[in-house]
Amino acid sequence: MKIYFSRKNLCIPYALFLVLFVIAPVLVVLYYAFTNGEGQFTLENLVGFFTSANTIGTLIYSMAVAFVVTVLCLVIAYPVAYILSKSRIKRRNGLLILFIIPMWINFTLRVTALKEVLSAIEGNLAYYPFINTVIGQTYDFLPFMILPIYTTLIKLDKDLEEAASDLGANDFRTFLKVTLPLSMPGVISGIMMVFLPAMTNYVILDILYNSTYIMGSLIGSYFSAYNWHTGSMISIVLFAIVFAATLITNKYTDIDNAADRGAML
Amino acid sequence: MKKIFAAAWLVAALLFIYLPIMLLALYSFTTSPQLGTIREFSFHNYVTLFTTPELRKMIIGTFTLAVVSALIATVLGASGAIGAFYSGKLSKAAIHGMNHIPVINADVVTGFSICIFLIVVLNLNKETYIPLVIGHVVLSAPFVYLSVVPKLKQMDESIYEAALDMGATPLRAIVKVILPQILSGIFSGFMIAVTLSLDDYFVATYTKPATFDTISTYVVNATKGAQTNIKTALWALSTVIFIVVVLVVVIMNLMGGKEKDRYEEI
Repeated sequence: MKIYFSRKNLCIPYALFLVLFVIAPVLVVLYYAFTNGEGQFTLENLVGFFTSANTIGTLIYSMAVAFVVTVLCLVIAYPVAYILSKSRIKRRNGLLILFIIPMWINFTLRVTALKEVLSAIEGNLAYYPFINTVIGQTYDFLPFMILPIYTTLIKLDKDLEEAASDLGANDFRTFLKVTLPLSMPGVISGIMMVFLPAMTNYVILDILYNSTYIMGSLIGSYFSAYNWHTGSMISIVLFAIVFAATLITNKYTDIDNAADRGAML
Repeated sequence: MKKIFAAAWLVAALLFIYLPIMLLALYSFTTSPQLGTIREFSFHNYVTLFTTPELRKMIIGTFTLAVVSALIATVLGASGAIGAFYSGKLSKAAIHGMNHIPVINADVVTGFSICIFLIVVLNLNKETYIPLVIGHVVLSAPFVYLSVVPKLKQMDESIYEAALDMGATPLRAIVKVILPQILSGIFSGFMIAVTLSLDDYFVATYTKPATFDTISTYVVNATKGAQTNIKTALWALSTVIFIVVVLVVVIMNLMGGKEKDRYEEI
């Protein structure tokens, strides 16, 4: 018997891998979220999530943190990306490398460096938990906002900007009416890459000796307490948030932008 | 005026990014246990870094894990991308959708769910390193897949057909014709996989063996601990990594930069 080799069969190992280690864990967490310790179906965890002052408070607090961090990253990153995209090619590549290098250094080491600086300035880090969280996360996530905006700006058709100025628009008006709207896919990608990590990356808070809780910290603490069911419910809620956000923004962003994390090469 | 403002903005952003790393690098060469107090020059942090067995084991372990998981992720992700590219619409969409889950999901959720499935439900032993390696492959294979797909789209399909017409078997045609055309995508996918593994904290903390530490989990524990000499030895580690990264990035861009320049100027 002759075995036929077909190109499309190459995807079978990866498809099996994804089903086993991506889909199955999600289903298991879904199962745990809607069962209790005896394995019976229950809505207790779901109801508990939305009625507990602790979880709802943490959800609101993390969203506030994530909102401020995202806005701050955007305010710093957009001009950086814009200036980079306008500079001459030779200098542009060199500058871009400078903004990419931090992504290659372990984030715990970078945040530790920031912690030492903040400690030297503030003395006791415990006095400013919110500000320190915002600074720490902005510090860590800034490159993830710069890159997608930069890649969108760089692909932008220069003729459109020239046409706008030929037709009498000044620089500011050209930016507002042409460049900014066309760069929105990059901005949305950047927001997606900053907002969710800002809600969940609790290690940055840990390193900064922060005693406040964000959503990720809740998963960590329920995990340490062997409370899989409540931990699973929080995971499912977070998953639902990302899933909804992705569905909404999907048509505005370029899916290849997800690889921006590696656009350094 | 505009130019001055632009330059000032870039400098300010770069200062924000680099000042902490630079200050830490400066102080890593002193005996000072904290920033702000100036003590005398010393290499003792570097001596500690390279002679403490615990630190050496942790650094070697982190890089071994990164390379092993990145190799597996590259094989799986790249073959998955090629296969999906030639599959029917439905299976392509299915793989694409599944591939996207770890990309968009929070790392803490990915780590937690893999831990619940492999360790709580399947009862796999953490000490075997299997959950840890699987976790890191889940984290990075999707990015390999995503960096190979655009290369497949750019590929000239007729060369593959020509190879078949001239008598190559499909497997041989893939190795000789398709692989060379997507090699840059596979390579950058591999590099992304390495950096994702090196940078990961959440998946490792939920799936690693109790006595094993990656740089991330070690640093987080060290910040909670009270051992000053270990804390400042990590400043030295941060400085060494910073210097190595700068060298690698500069060399790679010098090598690849020339072609890119020519391409962009056209």
